[in-house]
Amino acid sequence: MISPTHSSCQSEISFRVNGEQRTVLAFPMERLLDVLRHQLGLTGAKEGCGEGECGSCVVSMNGALANSCLIPVLQAQGATILTIEGISVNKQWNALQQAFLECNGAQCGICTPGMILAASHLLREKPNPTLAEIQEGLSGNLCRCTGYLQIVEAVAKAGAQGETKSS
Amino acid sequence: MRSDPRDYELVAPGNLQGVIALLASSPGEWLPIAGGTDVMVQYAAGKLSARKLVSIWNLSELRRIEVLPGEIRVGAGCTYSDIRKHEILSREFPMLACAARWTGGIANQNRGTLGGNIVNASPAADSLPALLAYDAELILVSARGERRLSYEGFHTNYKKTRIAPDELIQSVCLLRRFSEYIHYARKVGARNAQAISKVCIAALGRAPGRTVDDVRIALGSVAPVPLRLTETERLLNGKLIDEPLIGMAKKTAVAEVRPIDDIRSTAKYRGAVAANLVAEFLNLLIAGGTRG
Repeated sequence: MISPTHSSCQSEISFRVNGEQRTVLAFPMERLLDVLRHQLGLTGAKEGCGEGECGSCVVSMNGALANSCLIPVLQAQGATILTIEGISVNKQWNALQQAFLECNGAQCGICTPGMILAASHLLREKPNPTLAEIQEGLSGNLCRCTGYLQIVEAVAKAGAQGETKSS
Repeated sequence: MRSDPRDYELVAPGNLQGVIALLASSPGEWLPIAGGTDVMVQYAAGKLSARKLVSIWNLSELRRIEVLPGEIRVGAGCTYSDIRKHEILSREFPMLACAARWTGGIANQNRGTLGGNIVNASPAADSLPALLAYDAELILVSARGERRLSYEGFHTNYKKTRIAPDELIQSVCLLRRFSEYIHYARKVGARNAQAISKVCIAALGRAPGRTVDDVRIALGSVAPVPLRLTETERLLNGKLIDEPLIGMAKKTAVAEVRPIDDIRSTAKYRGAVAANLVAEFLNLLIAGGTRG
């Protein structure tokens, strides 16, 4: 039996964001990025390229990093999403964020939310990553300011401090 | 110009039967979308001609890897990350795992699927030379039933394939008979992550005592479709690998590829790189190592 659940009408789509259950009214092909930013006010995820190349819109969806500019919001139905806004603990920076601050890992800030989410995933899988592992873990995130060295240093520092529970 | 989401329908039947029934109800009208790493890029650019989409993302029927005695069946909905993380698949088919590792970055590897890479049919796709070299077979499914066909020949021309409008790729079958082979995969591009290859190769073979027993060489980005170098293979099979043979293999490879000039590279450079990659593979074959 065919039971299409949505069409080009707006429909209610529910998912968990940063621990809270949210329901939005959206067209199914709206990008998750736009829904997060415009409907939910979560402007941490940025639009850089809009085609999955730069990683500035990265969020964690069901525990996996994903570029939210490439996700039709219908595919987020029932998902558990973590954005940069949900990564701090009790509104305090976590050690990874602190390391970015200390190492000057952020300049203009556009890539930073994506960098931190990607780094957080990396540290969860590899608590003390090598340089090559950091480079690979962040290879989907482009930065046009820092030249990457400070970012890599920040991730290495957080790793050395044993920061694996960053959310 | 960016697309307007109000102009597009997207439905999610939630299971394979539902998707197949929808495709059968009006063949050609519904475009399947999995992780969106190609479709959403076209959509963002205002270049997506389909107006009706059906989500096949994360369908359990398409997202499993079955290890059978004679073959491994990789569900078409498996992501590059699923492939990278699968131990047996990575061990027996290292060129595929390698291609999965250098496709996009982690975020795209978590969403891009093997089936999507096949039907998107880019001649530059990194995973496709590996499928060609491993003699992969495809299981296609529709409301009319299943059919199994060789992956070689699936791409009939640039971005054209043998899939019918009501069909989906269900799985990619990899015969488990290459454990004694030397596997060689390499991507030549601006960088591995997030960059499309200028040329990529997947080649495997056996050459006990330097004599070629069997070779399979496939290249990406050198023709309108992923290309198996059948002439070069024919030249090599049964021969003793020495410098003159490597020289002839390079010449044959250059004659066999049909590269173009585009924003990423030139036809001349691609031809030269293709020949050098074939030579590097043959040197590896006589050295008895594995690169990938």
